[in-house]
Amino acid sequence: MADTRHEVQHSGGEAALAALRARTPAVIAPGHTFESVTESVSHIVLSKRTPIGWFFGFAIAFALLMLLNVTIAKLLFTGIGIWGNNVPVGWAFDIINFVWWIGIGHAGTLISAILLLFRQQWRTSINRFAEAMTLFAVACAAMFPLLHTGRPWLAIYWLFPYPNTMGLWPQFRSPLIWDVFAVSTYGTVSALFWFTGLVPDMATLRDRTKSRAGKVIFGMLSLGWRGSARHWHRYEMAYLLLAGISTPLVLSVHSVVSFDFAVSVLPGWHATIFPPYFVAGAIYSGFAMVMTLAIPLRKFYQLDGFITMRHIHNMTKVMLVTGMIVAYGYANEAFFAWYAGNVYEKAMMVNRMTGYYAPFYWGLIAINALMIQLFWFRSVRDNIPLLFVLSLLVNVGMWLERFIIIVTSLHHDFLPSSWDVYTPTRWDFAMFAGTIGLFLSLFFLFVRFLPALAMFEMRTITPEAKLNMEHHG
Amino acid sequence: MSHTETPSSLYGLMAEFETASELVHATERARLAGYRKMDAYSPIPIEELSEALDLPRTRLPKLVFAGGVIGGLAGFGLEAWASTIAYPMNIGGRPNLSWPQFIPVTFETTVLGAALAAFIGMWALNKLPQPYHPVFNVPEFERASTDRFFLCIESTDPLFEREGTAQFLKAFHPLGVNEVAP
Repeated sequence: MADTRHEVQHSGGEAALAALRARTPAVIAPGHTFESVTESVSHIVLSKRTPIGWFFGFAIAFALLMLLNVTIAKLLFTGIGIWGNNVPVGWAFDIINFVWWIGIGHAGTLISAILLLFRQQWRTSINRFAEAMTLFAVACAAMFPLLHTGRPWLAIYWLFPYPNTMGLWPQFRSPLIWDVFAVSTYGTVSALFWFTGLVPDMATLRDRTKSRAGKVIFGMLSLGWRGSARHWHRYEMAYLLLAGISTPLVLSVHSVVSFDFAVSVLPGWHATIFPPYFVAGAIYSGFAMVMTLAIPLRKFYQLDGFITMRHIHNMTKVMLVTGMIVAYGYANEAFFAWYAGNVYEKAMMVNRMTGYYAPFYWGLIAINALMIQLFWFRSVRDNIPLLFVLSLLVNVGMWLERFIIIVTSLHHDFLPSSWDVYTPTRWDFAMFAGTIGLFLSLFFLFVRFLPALAMFEMRTITPEAKLNMEHHG
Repeated sequence: MSHTETPSSLYGLMAEFETASELVHATERARLAGYRKMDAYSPIPIEELSEALDLPRTRLPKLVFAGGVIGGLAGFGLEAWASTIAYPMNIGGRPNLSWPQFIPVTFETTVLGAALAAFIGMWALNKLPQPYHPVFNVPEFERASTDRFFLCIESTDPLFEREGTAQFLKAFHPLGVNEVAP
């Protein structure tokens, strides 16, 4: 896009340029230099003064984190009976929240890896905190499978490829063990990618900090980075390779999560559309979370010159596209329930639409299929407070989707005598709220102590980064 | 700075530039003048510098490929060995070596191996972490991570002469030429 703008400038059409600017806001506000970009981002970390709003937000997040601690203590002393899931709904909040959190993480990898391969320049200002969001979301997701074992210190026998005392191995033919591999690989690769991106910025902080402790800490984290051309040469290659590796990885992770359901023979789960439908839903909810985080971040830290309307518009458009794929998934499920002629499939779909949980089903349809149509309108894409509310609603909608998929298929199984209704307990809600606290606490700490925007990448999109070799000719 | 020091007591001479273009230009000229032991430092990656320094293609892609192959073989090998030798068990009448069901894990371990190779390989080839480096002795170098561009010609270069090289660098109108203590 920057190139298009340059061409217009060269052709001399000032009016055309102004028109183009009005249509597509720039990825970075005009007038920024290396120094101004670096200063705007690094002063958030290096400033001695922490904004009062930060303490306020962190206090709420930390209180929820303490709630998580209490819940975990209660769980370990009492057992997973404190949760509402029981036969026939043996799987409930633990898997709903796991899928929800893992899905949210996907947007971070999409932004950092896939958009890098597609040379989408606008990714540059949002990739760092989106990747942080990925890591924190994976950490929250990991809580649920770990704690649903009841005795997480023994989980190594059940989750990892390690035989128990009888010499028995985990079942490699089960999607649940694929999930362990997919999620742990995803967490590891995301962390490596994130740290690699941080190193040159750590060097910047090391060189700019005035405090001795800062010099030592950032010095160690920067690994002695000195910006050598030889290093950059390999660094750029490694960054590109990591992006190339992460691209199929991120698509595989939610596909494998969907196998947890699709490989079973339960009506409502046993569907071939699940992998693409889950991946699209993951990216959709992830972008909603990026939006939820970006809107306050750019407002309170005055980063609207870096996270511009261009970013907001593009994120909205990604949500619109992926949301429509998800809506297609709903239509496809309903169509096949009818077209396949299977009585169990049909009963499942009728129960979803008219049964006990029908309000949740229609709620998710209202949000994920109807409400997102608002994103077609430019006036909506320009309305930041409205977008903030809509992005929160998208995450509510995606949570309802997972609830409906998981609970409606289980509570009415093949045998009417075992039908029952599932109700979550207060501990279910406490644990869910607790992981939101963990997520937000980590995010608040990240924003205060690490550069929330990738400074070295931001420098490359300023006009200063353009080489001008002619005048030496 | 005393003139009785021998050139070998210097790490090199470092010129400071205000723009990336000046650095690329100076680097190209220095290489054409025959200097080889030198390095350029910049706050952003500059592709043209790799050409100016005539850097060879990095071995990293090969390492990453090897990492992926090793990861994939290890993952598949573990599954195959555990299901056929360590503890064969009849699951739904499937053969012990039911390889299509082993592919998801094989894929993930391939990715893991490749990513670890990219990460460890890049830092190892760059010889980082490195706690000390002479270039940090130049106070101006602090801005190499923000908005200044540096070219350092090292004293180990056969063409290096304390006075001559300094004159050579000054011809590019840098902001300054500094001696780098070892």
